Amino acid sequence: MTAPRTATAVSLGLALVVGACTSFYEIPIETPIQPKLDVSPFRRVLIAGFISGGSDDVDANLETVRLLRSQLRSKSELAVIEADVIPLAAMATDQRPLADPVTDPMAEPRAEAQIRSQKDLEAYEHIFADVAFWKKLGEEYQQPLIVTGTILFTPHQRSGMVQRTQTVQDAFGRQRTVPVRTYMERKGFILNPKFIFIDGRTGTTLHSETFREEILYNAQQNTPALSSYFELMDRLIPSFLSTLSMQKIRGTRVLLK
Amino acid sequence: MMTRILLLAALVTALAAPAASADRRSEAKSQVDFGIKVAQRGLWKEAQYRWERAVEIDPTYAAAWNNLAIAYEQQGQFDEARKAYLKALDIDPKNLLIQQNYDLFREINDRTKNRDGR
Repeated sequence: MTAPRTATAVSLGLALVVGACTSFYEIPIETPIQPKLDVSPFRRVLIAGFISGGSDDVDANLETVRLLRSQLRSKSELAVIEADVIPLAAMATDQRPLADPVTDPMAEPRAEAQIRSQKDLEAYEHIFADVAFWKKLGEEYQQPLIVTGTILFTPHQRSGMVQRTQTVQDAFGRQRTVPVRTYMERKGFILNPKFIFIDGRTGTTLHSETFREEILYNAQQNTPALSSYFELMDRLIPSFLSTLSMQKIRGTRVLLK
Repeated sequence: MMTRILLLAALVTALAAPAASADRRSEAKSQVDFGIKVAQRGLWKEAQYRWERAVEIDPTYAAAWNNLAIAYEQQGQFDEARKAYLKALDIDPKNLLIQQNYDLFREINDRTKNRDGR
């Protein structure tokens, strides 16, 4: 046996002896994470509505309001206000200044346009800065925490090399999985929500956060848009909830003797 | 004669020091063992108290600092947890189990800090 091999064997042996001598116990723990937003001044939450766009197959405003309300009902201590979903896009359109027929003769007065991209959404975002509008809404519902924002759910296509696993049989008949790279056409959706939290007492924005989630399927796979929407929302719901309520992260640690 | 007495006293002190240290470790160990038992039953406050006692009795006991860090972490006291993990690693820098616990803690703690910074 050569010197390096002896040293390796000795250190391996020592590690085993040390491991055997050290008593340890794996224990599950739940680490509490404090909410990002102090919601103690509020007892109620109003999921008001969203300015949404992208795919015509999903009413992202309605679906997001329903989903967030049901999540908050079970996972937050705030009472969820059941109210009609506000058609924010239409309201924002009404608030926009009328097109000047002299400077812009082609402009259509106050028509609610199709929202297809982030750029289209920008035309409506002024409504979130309208303190008087949100304060009035807050007064209507006894000054709750108001959740609003924008949701863009757009179809998406991408082609390129994809790595996947393939089962192969070797010369001895044993099955193995090996990574293979193949060219694939894929299609799916991108979900771009921006959640805005507004103080219903003052109408001011307390906090906002933006997410981006993407899902792609084999081009031959026919997945309904609504399924994809829920799959993508599922991924970011924990982050949304952690803004309003304490979350616990489960893990394990090792106790030592 | 005086030299002999001094030599004898030095010998007694030299022999007594490791014995006292062993006593402290043994006492701290019993606190650590009890802490583990109660933590396994979910009584983390009691476990924390036991491990705090253990590190008071024997501040060089890395395992006690490690366990104390976990108790702090479980209760959301992240600053205290970090200090306790670092103390444990300072005493026993090559302990991979403590290092692993600390790495997992840091992952969560960093996530919390990123959120606060937004």
